[in-house]
Amino acid sequence: MKYNSVFDIIGPVMVGPSSSHTAGAARIGLAAKNLFGSDIRWARIHLYGSFAKTYQGHGTDMALVGGLLGFDTDDPRMRNALEIAKRQGLQVTFIEDSAKTNHPNTARLIVGNDEGSLELVGVSIGGGKVEICELNGFELRLSGNHPAILIMHNDRYGAIASVTKILAKNELNIGHMEVNRKDVGKEALMVIETDENVSDDIMEELQQADHIIRISKIVS
Amino acid sequence: MFRNVAELVQIAEQQQIPISEVMILQEMDTKNKSREEVFSEMERNLQVMEDAIAKGLEGVQSVTGLTGGDAVLIQKYMQEKTPLSGNLMMDAVSKAMGTNEVNAAMGMICATPTAGSAGCVPGTLFAVKNQLNPTREQMVRYLFTAGAFGFVVANNAFISGAAGGCQAEVGSAGAMASAAIVEMAGGTPQQSAEAFAMTLKNMLGLVCDPVAGLVEVPCVKRNAGGASLAIVSADMALAGVKSRIPCDEVIGAMYQIGLSMPQTLRETGEGGLADTPTGRELREKIFGVSAVKE
Repeated sequence: MKYNSVFDIIGPVMVGPSSSHTAGAARIGLAAKNLFGSDIRWARIHLYGSFAKTYQGHGTDMALVGGLLGFDTDDPRMRNALEIAKRQGLQVTFIEDSAKTNHPNTARLIVGNDEGSLELVGVSIGGGKVEICELNGFELRLSGNHPAILIMHNDRYGAIASVTKILAKNELNIGHMEVNRKDVGKEALMVIETDENVSDDIMEELQQADHIIRISKIVS
Repeated sequence: MFRNVAELVQIAEQQQIPISEVMILQEMDTKNKSREEVFSEMERNLQVMEDAIAKGLEGVQSVTGLTGGDAVLIQKYMQEKTPLSGNLMMDAVSKAMGTNEVNAAMGMICATPTAGSAGCVPGTLFAVKNQLNPTREQMVRYLFTAGAFGFVVANNAFISGAAGGCQAEVGSAGAMASAAIVEMAGGTPQQSAEAFAMTLKNMLGLVCDPVAGLVEVPCVKRNAGGASLAIVSADMALAGVKSRIPCDEVIGAMYQIGLSMPQTLRETGEGGLADTPTGRELREKIFGVSAVKE
């Protein structure tokens, strides 16, 4: 089931005016910030469907940028997100994209700084709930409502076992897990949703595990 | 975990507990939280709703000037005259509109189930409250009952205007409110389901056609419609009136109608009221001619 909590329905508490176009958009921006990890200096944001048609009126631009700045849906600074971004030197470009997508409220965010970049596709499915459906070219399904860890690893045997062993040892329960690869033996992406936030110590331990390239986490 | 309204009502009847309790128990179970945690989280939402209504009744104005101040007008009218549809009804309408006026003015609200439809559930709650005199706990339970029905709609159909039109937003919100009113007024779980079905039936086919793509016109007034219909359906169900089409089938019909709705009528600001001469003129005035496409 897509919605698993009563607070997906009665909630979130948010700055208006639209749960899908404002609150959902903020959560997509926030997911990109959390996944990128370091400071974002620039962002190119493609908007599709209803997002592309109505983003100015709904404050979708403000909310996406607010998310990139780390603001949650009920952060009063949200209203001034575009100005705050300008003041902090965060360069943002919006592109109204006419390409067809599966869901009308879709955004593709390419964010980065001098050292690297990240590309993410997020969908705002309604009532403020979002799904991340693509990350750096990998397809995935991530709600962003649960804590999660994303692990880029080499597609070798034992990579998954080394990760799950560490989680088991630290008594962390896995709620949802997906493994994706572009090609046999190349880079792969492991997505693990957990019931609790993963501590920095465990993240450190995971980073040292066999065949792991890079890891990041989403805190919920 | 209940997957549809039939299962929700069945659990409530078998265990002889209200629908709100079914929702509370499920939330505790799936999120591994205590009753106190779940309850206090919902109470925070209730507080946000109460604050939003208070702000709306003081009078707010959106940035565009398209909406704001109507909640105040209605309250004033209620003090000076006797509303034809009754004080409770107009109180609910005014509080629902006030909430959405605050939302349009980028104020703080609680989405129920969405921001555009955030007025129906709190608007009815804070109006019905004056007649039923509930405890604070019963008011929090109102939100769990509304949430239980919304949970079913979200998982079996949709709750966003972009996906299913306004029937999915204000339609769901008004129907959720009906079910919650019934429980607060002492009705049975089945009567909650009947009330939900009757409100949603009257909202089927409602399109999402916001002028200039903004959550203002006609959204604020649609919340007035959703709130008033919620009270009417609740009264009908409490009187013993039943829906000929079972609740889950009404939700199924809403889903099918939403799927066949053209994109111009699903929150793109391109059809319906948005595409009337006045709707187009307002868009041009707000965003300038350059923003008008095609």
